[in-house]
Amino acid sequence: MIKKVVLLICFVGLVIACSSSDDSNGGGNNDNFDRSGLLTNYADNIIVPAITNFQSKVLALNAARENFLNNTNQTNLDLLSDAWLDAYKAWQFVGMYNIGEAESFTSNLNGFRVYYNVYPVSLSLIQSAAAGASYSLDSDAYYAAQGFPALDFLIHGIADGDSIPIDKFTSNSNSQGFIDYLNAVQTQITTRTQSIVNNWQNNFRDEFVNNTSSSATGSISKIINDYINYYERALRANKIGVPAGNFSAGQTFPDKVEAYYKNDVSRELALLSLEAVQRFFNGQSFNGGTTSGESLASYLDYLDNSDLKNDINAQFNASRQQIQTLNTSFSQQVSNDNTKMTMAYDALQAAVVLLKVDMASVFDIQIDFIDNDGD
Amino acid sequence: MTSQIRSYLKSTVNPAPLAVFRIGFGLMMCFSIIRFWSYGWIEKLYIDPKFHFSYFGFEWIKPLETYTYFIFAICGLSALLVALGLKYRLSIILFFLSFTYIELMDKTTYLNHYYFISLMSFLLCFLPANAYYSVDNLIRRKSYQSIPKWSIDSIKLMLSIVYIYAGLAKINSDWLFKAMPLKLWLPSKYDLPIIGESLMQEHWFHVAMSWSGMLYDLSIPFLLFYRRTRIFAFVLVVFFHVFTRVLFPIGMFPYIMIVSTLIFFDAYAHERIIKVIKYVVQRLGFKSLKLEAISWVNKKPNFVPVLLTVFFTIQLFLPFRYLTYPDELFWTEEGYRYSWRVMLIEKTGYAEFKVVDAKKNTSFLVKNSDFLTPFQEKEMTTQPDFILEYAHFLGQHFKSQGHDNLEIYVDSYVALNGRRSQRFVNPKIDLLKINDSFEHKEWILPFNDEIKGL
Repeated sequence: MIKKVVLLICFVGLVIACSSSDDSNGGGNNDNFDRSGLLTNYADNIIVPAITNFQSKVLALNAARENFLNNTNQTNLDLLSDAWLDAYKAWQFVGMYNIGEAESFTSNLNGFRVYYNVYPVSLSLIQSAAAGASYSLDSDAYYAAQGFPALDFLIHGIADGDSIPIDKFTSNSNSQGFIDYLNAVQTQITTRTQSIVNNWQNNFRDEFVNNTSSSATGSISKIINDYINYYERALRANKIGVPAGNFSAGQTFPDKVEAYYKNDVSRELALLSLEAVQRFFNGQSFNGGTTSGESLASYLDYLDNSDLKNDINAQFNASRQQIQTLNTSFSQQVSNDNTKMTMAYDALQAAVVLLKVDMASVFDIQIDFIDNDGD
Repeated sequence: MTSQIRSYLKSTVNPAPLAVFRIGFGLMMCFSIIRFWSYGWIEKLYIDPKFHFSYFGFEWIKPLETYTYFIFAICGLSALLVALGLKYRLSIILFFLSFTYIELMDKTTYLNHYYFISLMSFLLCFLPANAYYSVDNLIRRKSYQSIPKWSIDSIKLMLSIVYIYAGLAKINSDWLFKAMPLKLWLPSKYDLPIIGESLMQEHWFHVAMSWSGMLYDLSIPFLLFYRRTRIFAFVLVVFFHVFTRVLFPIGMFPYIMIVSTLIFFDAYAHERIIKVIKYVVQRLGFKSLKLEAISWVNKKPNFVPVLLTVFFTIQLFLPFRYLTYPDELFWTEEGYRYSWRVMLIEKTGYAEFKVVDAKKNTSFLVKNSDFLTPFQEKEMTTQPDFILEYAHFLGQHFKSQGHDNLEIYVDSYVALNGRRSQRFVNPKIDLLKINDSFEHKEWILPFNDEIKGL
């Protein structure tokens, strides 16, 4: 008797379970999302083109440095400055890819960016190195004395006792030290960039595309974590929040902006970074205008969350509009009218919630690797 | 009625099922501790973090730095002694205390499974699980032929409560009609062979899994009790738990449940299991000993049945305490724990804390990764009591750094079961002015949707 009752319950349950699927439009999940297509689009159309472009700018920067050191004059320093800015702009499109070789550089939460873009730069470390103190750019103590911020100071800043930037390489008593340090900083950038590019071109591209595993070590989970990490730390916090005093009891820091010594490009760099973030989200190829392949955006569409996709894009656009109202120099903006700076921060912040909570929940990916039993 | 109870309390049964349960439970626990240790989780979860989340009222239980390993060693060793039935009473009490201490050290790691182990080991402290086939028998040179029926029944009852309450908790609109959160979890298992790209992506499959999970939980104790459906039920148990093990990272729990449900089988089956164990032990070179077989004599007066009645009464009512709180249980999680609500919700959260100096009118934001591990941060952002405890920790931390007139506010969002995120905690409330209690947390913003059901 009991057996029959139980069987009946099971049967009824099964019928209910099956029939309830009929009135739900199948959830739109019938054709499978092309995850390897997504990874292929990211690797071949976005990441690899961005890092090879960056590599070419780094090589051009090297040539400009050699030219400057061969013939040290203001014109050549200006050319070096141009090449630096070109490379810095290209960097905005690669800073989020802390994966593969780049990831192996450091376990720091900011990833491989610590070898490229830690600011504010430490003048005392650079100047004491120029004065003959021994140093190692690989050690974490020197994160804040290398990469683009260090070049920014070397090209645009004025060393103690000098009157103009170029004095470092001419009249300064440690001029040879500054020349050596300039070389060392650029060698560091070049070497690390080459190894990242080589790694992608030799084997990591295939490894990345083939690792469609759903686990925390799968490419999708890793690249989304890198993406959100970049957006939250490198863009929202470092470029805007920190100088605007969001993390420091309202105390503002005009000197903690990106490219402080050049000073008039911090807005441009931030806008490029946001562009890189939004293009990545929509899967738009690095080279080709608005053409796009499978992406986080299309993955959201696949999972019936087009509203969320639209909201994220709308929030990126709102952030862009807010940043565009700022002074080209964020240090000026912070000093003159910090309210606008914090408004830009709030706009960026609203997208953090959408990415880190809503999107992560829909994709069912863990934000940051958590290895433990669940319920 | 009283005479029925009296005769029930007097009735005795073959002790083999309880002996097999003791051996299985002890070995599983010992293995669990070794596994936990070998994965480096002791360090990662209990030694590395700078801060630990305490259970309300148990703030005095903290990890003991490197001595934490010592507690785990006691726990693992006592579990082994339980399996052997050597100094059983002392061993099971030690196991219960050490295991429960470990669980109380940091509520970040709360799992219903761990709570289940604590309860089961508490129960075992009062049961004569060493009456048969134990080393204690060898020492005393006697072995019991029978034990009280209630001792085996109480384990069956405990298991039934776990299943039935887990089933009841699944009777809600999110689980049954939206197939949440399985609909979130299953599609991300796309890399499983065969079913990953097919079944796991189908809405009807998510719904079917939800319904069959609910029906399984509600019916399995009855199917196990009833002799004619028992084998079928056990096959279901094995299938269900192995399947969930494949799908989800739930560690040892499936195996523990599979071994535990063996207790529903009759003494004959257990005698056969013991025969196999005996054979292995003899092959290892141990000689069998002739023991004096004696019958169980009820001690008078025996308080254990009374104590167990109180224990089970609490177990029956505790999961319903959520009814005394307003607003949605899944949202506030007030009365959520200790209620066999397993895998019911998927929450993703975000919480950014603002530390305000009320006098200077300045503020700054806290980087959670400065104080919490990613795991702690994840748990903190979705559970109000964690948010409050963390805010108070931050208050103390920044006070000790010389900040004064502190106020702490949180900007927090939570997405529940695939819904869009919603602001979680009232951002205008100074969390330092709030003390945790069992009262409803008024500072949680109301849930802007409705989930119907139990």
